[in-house]
This record gives sequence, C-alpha cells and structure tokens, in this order.
Amino acid sequence: MSILINKDTKVITQGITGKTGQFHTRMCRDYANGANCFVAGVNPKKAGEDFEGIPIHATVAEAKAATGATVSVIYVPPPGAAAAIWEAVEADLDLVICITEGIPVRDMLMVRNKMKAKEAAGGKKTLLLGPNCPGLITPDEIKIGIMPGHIHKKGRIGVVSRSGTLTYEAVGQLSEIGLGQSSAVGIGGDPINGLKHIDVMRMFNDDPDTDAVIMIGEIGGPDEAEAAQWCKANMKKPIVGFIAGVTAPPGKRMGHAGALISGGADTADAKLAIMEECGFTVTRNPSEMAKLLKAKL
Amino acid sequence: MKIHEYQAKEVLRRFGVVTPRGVPVFEVDQAVAAAESLGGKVWVVKAQIHAGGRGKGGGVKVAKSLDEVREFAKQIMGMQLVTHQTGPEGQKVRRLLIEEGADIRKEYYVAALTDRATQKVAMMASSEGGMDIEEVAHNTPEKIIKVFIDPLVGMTDAQGKELADGIGVPEASQAQAIDTFKKLYTCYMETDASLAEINPLILEGNGNIKALDAKFNFDSNALYRHEDIVAFRDLDEEDAAEIEASKFDLSYVSLDGNIGCLVNGAGLAMATMDVIKLYGAEPANFLDVGGGATTEKVTEAFKIMLRNPNVRGILVNIFGGIMRCDTIATGVVAAAREVHLTVPLVVRMKGTNEELGKQILADSGLPIISADSMADAAQKIVAAVAGH
Repeated sequence: MSILINKDTKVITQGITGKTGQFHTRMCRDYANGANCFVAGVNPKKAGEDFEGIPIHATVAEAKAATGATVSVIYVPPPGAAAAIWEAVEADLDLVICITEGIPVRDMLMVRNKMKAKEAAGGKKTLLLGPNCPGLITPDEIKIGIMPGHIHKKGRIGVVSRSGTLTYEAVGQLSEIGLGQSSAVGIGGDPINGLKHIDVMRMFNDDPDTDAVIMIGEIGGPDEAEAAQWCKANMKKPIVGFIAGVTAPPGKRMGHAGALISGGADTADAKLAIMEECGFTVTRNPSEMAKLLKAKL
Repeated sequence: MKIHEYQAKEVLRRFGVVTPRGVPVFEVDQAVAAAESLGGKVWVVKAQIHAGGRGKGGGVKVAKSLDEVREFAKQIMGMQLVTHQTGPEGQKVRRLLIEEGADIRKEYYVAALTDRATQKVAMMASSEGGMDIEEVAHNTPEKIIKVFIDPLVGMTDAQGKELADGIGVPEASQAQAIDTFKKLYTCYMETDASLAEINPLILEGNGNIKALDAKFNFDSNALYRHEDIVAFRDLDEEDAAEIEASKFDLSYVSLDGNIGCLVNGAGLAMATMDVIKLYGAEPANFLDVGGGATTEKVTEAFKIMLRNPNVRGILVNIFGGIMRCDTIATGVVAAAREVHLTVPLVVRMKGTNEELGKQILADSGLPIISADSMADAAQKIVAAVAGH
C-alpha cells in the first residue's frame, strides 16, 4: 500500500512533446513499473502520433477513454497550464499532478474555484497536486514527476513537503540510515494549490503501510498550522516537522511564490511553535530530520 | 513587482476610481509649474519611493503657496528618505508627485488581496484609514471588516454594502463607496495584482469618495500579459544584485550577513540559510540556482554573491537529482577560477555521481572544503570565516 498512486496506476502526460515533458516522461517510464504506467500523452496538434511508443491523443478525455487512465501529470508551460488542469478535471480524472512552475495566481484562483463549483454541483471530485511541485513517488512502484528516483527506497515512512529539493534532502537522509519511504509527496510552493499538508497527513494516517511521517513546511500561509491542529486531534503516528525560513526577512518573496511572510502567524518560528504544541517532534536543524524520526520509531 | 503611488493612481483611474489630480515630476524645477497647472491654493508634495511610511519620514508635505511648493520640492527631492520599510540607510527620492490638496472629513482603508486559506479574493476595509493596517489588525482587529469574493461570481452589491456599513460610510456616500470597492476589485483581478490597497480612502467635505494614496503589488508570474504595468517598473527602487540575478534566471535576495549561499531549490536554499544561523553566523543572501544549473549560471551566481562587500565565505549546497554532481562540481571549479576566489568555499553535494563530483573538487587544486551534510557544511563555513 501507499498513498494516491501505486504500480497499477495509469498515467496520461499533458505536455508530453515539450522538452521538459519528454525528458521526464523518459525518466518516469524507466523507473520501476513506469513502462506499464505511462500509457498516453496529450497534444491536440500531434494526435495519432506517438512519443517513443506512447500514443498521443488530442484531448485528455480521449486519452482516458482509450486507456482507462485515471491520473494525469502536467508539464504544460505556465500560460496554458491552468487550462490543462481544467481539461483533466472536466475529463473526471481521479488525480492531476501539475509540475509547471510560474502559473499566474489569478489563473489558479479561477481553476480552483471552478473545481469547487463542479464538486458542489455534484460532479466528480478530482484531486490536484501542485502546481509548482516535484510530483510524488511510491518507491519501487511508480514515480510521477521530476524527483530523482534512485535516492528513494521502499519502506514505511511518509514524506510531505512544499519544496522539491528539501523533500529529496529528507528522502536522502532516510534512505541513508536504512529507512525506506511508503510515498513521498511534494505539494508545491505556490500560494494557491490543490492538496495541502493536512490532506496528505490524513492519507498517511489512514495508510496501514505508513508508520511515521516527516512533514516539511516553509514560511507563508496558514497550511502547516492547520495541518498541525488536525494532527493533534487525529494523527496516530509519530511526526517529525521542519519549517524552512527562520532567517527569511518579512515581506520578501523567497524563491517560491508562496514563500513570503505577510502577517505574523506565518513565520517559521510561529509555525514551529504550533507544530511542537501539537505533538510534533520539531527541529531547527534540517540535517537531523531522519535521525530524529528513527528515534521515534 | 511594485510601482509608485502616482502610477498606482493612474492604474486606479483607468478603472474609474476617483483620485486627486496630480502631476509626477522628476526635477525640482518642474514642481512649481506642476502646481500652477493644477491650480488651487493648497498642494501636497509627495516623495515617490516604493516603501511605505513616507509621511512619518518627512517625505510628504502640504504647501500653502507656490514658494512652499518650491521649498518642499527642494527639500524632498534627492533626500535619503528613511521609513520603517526602507532600512536604516533609507531610499533616495528621485521622483515627486505634486497633487491638489484634499478636504478630508474621514479616512478609511480598503484593500484587495488573495486569501490562501479560502482561495478567494479578500476585500478588507477599516474605519481606521491613514494608519499602518498591521497595527490596526494587531491592536483593534474588530475594526477590520473582511468579505471573501468568489472570482466566478465577482463582487456583489451586498458585499459592497457590508463593507461600507462595516466601516461607517454615511448613507449619502454609500453608493459611491460601494462603486469604488467594486472598481478596486475589478482592477485587482484584471491587472493580476497580488495587493491593491487604498490607504487612505477619503470622504471629502462634500461627501465624495476619493483614493488619496494607493499601493499595488503585481504577480510577477503574470507580467507577461501586462506590458503597460511592466512599463512602470523603476529599477532605481530595486536591489541591483537582484536585478542582475534575474537576468540569469537566478532567484536572489540580499540579506545582512556575511556568508554567501548558492543552493538549488527554494526550500533547500532557505533551509541552508537557517542552518548557517543555527551555527552562529548570518547568511549574506538567498540564492536559488534552480534545476538547470549550468556552468555559466553557477559562475554568474558567484559573481553576484561576491559583489557584496560583506561576503567573507561561500557555502554551496546542491542536491544533485536530475542535475548530476559532477556537472555541478565542474561549474563550481570553473566559477571559482574565473572569479579568482579569495574567500573560503565549502561545497556540500548529494545525489547522483556524488563521488565523481567530490573527486573533481579535490583534483582542482583549489582550496575547496568538502562537506557531507548540511550541518557539517554550515559548521565548516562558519569556522572558516571565523578564521579557525
């Protein structure tokens, strides 16, 4: 078991013909069961052609009808990325993973509200991971996204983070001391996104094959605090928490569009305090995440 | 991206929001002519810098004669204006706004911004205009009224009325106030703003509603579709190193410490800064070289970091995933040679081809200190800078 995806997941790649899409589709196809998972691509201008044997369809709906795929991954450039998300939602997929970085916030605001309106009207709920995220991986089964596959190891620790390289850092530390991962999930660094820490923590809590979780956050926004409150009341598994940006000055955007201190409660210190209060083992030293977790098992 | 007050008012006027009449000037000599062209008996001479708190810092003066306009313009133009947002060194004033005086009966606050929790647009208003809104939020949170706008629906009259009632706009001026709120919302959405703030929004003696001061931030991801907004960019107001970095697609923020950091990924870059602090030193910058760190990019990153005279040492922290460690190592060696590096350099690399990368660093003959973990790297650079 794992969360969200496994070796039997069938995936459509939106933006498969672009440079990024091509590169990462190859890497994903070559990881574990990837060759059986990445079953279709989408590009309206190249329908009927194929990318190294992966058939290309004109629309997500057609790709889904032809292959039974339930998940899509998006590498479409920023101006068209929100429309690509909406296309996947309209096709009633289960999960859409948007890797694209740099989507205008207004576009995400519109598509997120359209998704909520569709659900409210009784339409199928599609989960969105990202945008501006590395994707997610269930080691030795499937990787959907841009993370380096070889640093992962199959096991029973969940990892969730807004940052890509900080997820890799946690995974690398875990693998190094012999702790494998059930799933590692990058929820992305944008202010308006889909799945949040709280959603992923819920899934890890329910997953019988996850024993403990590393939750990594950063400055800006209320998400980590919300997740911490939920965990305090519901989480049955040990959690190690780290927040990046203790040294970040207020009002400055630190790389990620969402990494900006704008109030008082969204500083790294404030979030670390709430997490600690809610029973997390928190650390200010990101080199210690895996070591601390091992001590909690 | 930020813009000046006079530009913000121009944007607001395009969407029908009423502002005082004003003329931006770039030379002291133009100030009196600007005041004459506006007419009237009272003018306001306002420093145009991107930071807030200009009034308290002496950058806004009310002139009751043309002589005073000239006098104040002379005082303010070219001054190093220090406010709570500029830092102690202040910001040089290069532009002024000469504006007609206003008959202020009451000052309000109104702003639009994107609310992350609800994923809607929050319109906030307060009866406590003209003040620092963060102070109001802290001391008297009940005086801030918020409505959340569904972008699929837009702002409704009922929401406008809720705001107007909430901040106590008199009955006779409510229609104008609600109209202003709706126009501000439209302006916020259509310009891809990330903040649109009118503070103060004033009620004049005659009952009219006007935007007396305005501040905008724009979503940098959306600037590609707003040439008119990009034209407002004032490079004098931005950090020179940050401008240089953006040319090479590097994400850079200047900080006050003395240890330069070069990292891939925004989260890891922040974490690296934090570890430096944890071991007793301060980072000189945030620098994310991104996923595709070429030799050229790494070299430019070194040059930008070293332009900061405070830098006494550099920490490179790379998690080589898709990007291989040997590629990074080659880039670091080439960069260190090209810039004739004289400060200590600690490199921590993890991931693909890690051993090969370390070998390249060791074989370079350069005094590069290798580290295994982030903590190890931070301890080593802090010690090296301290001279141990």
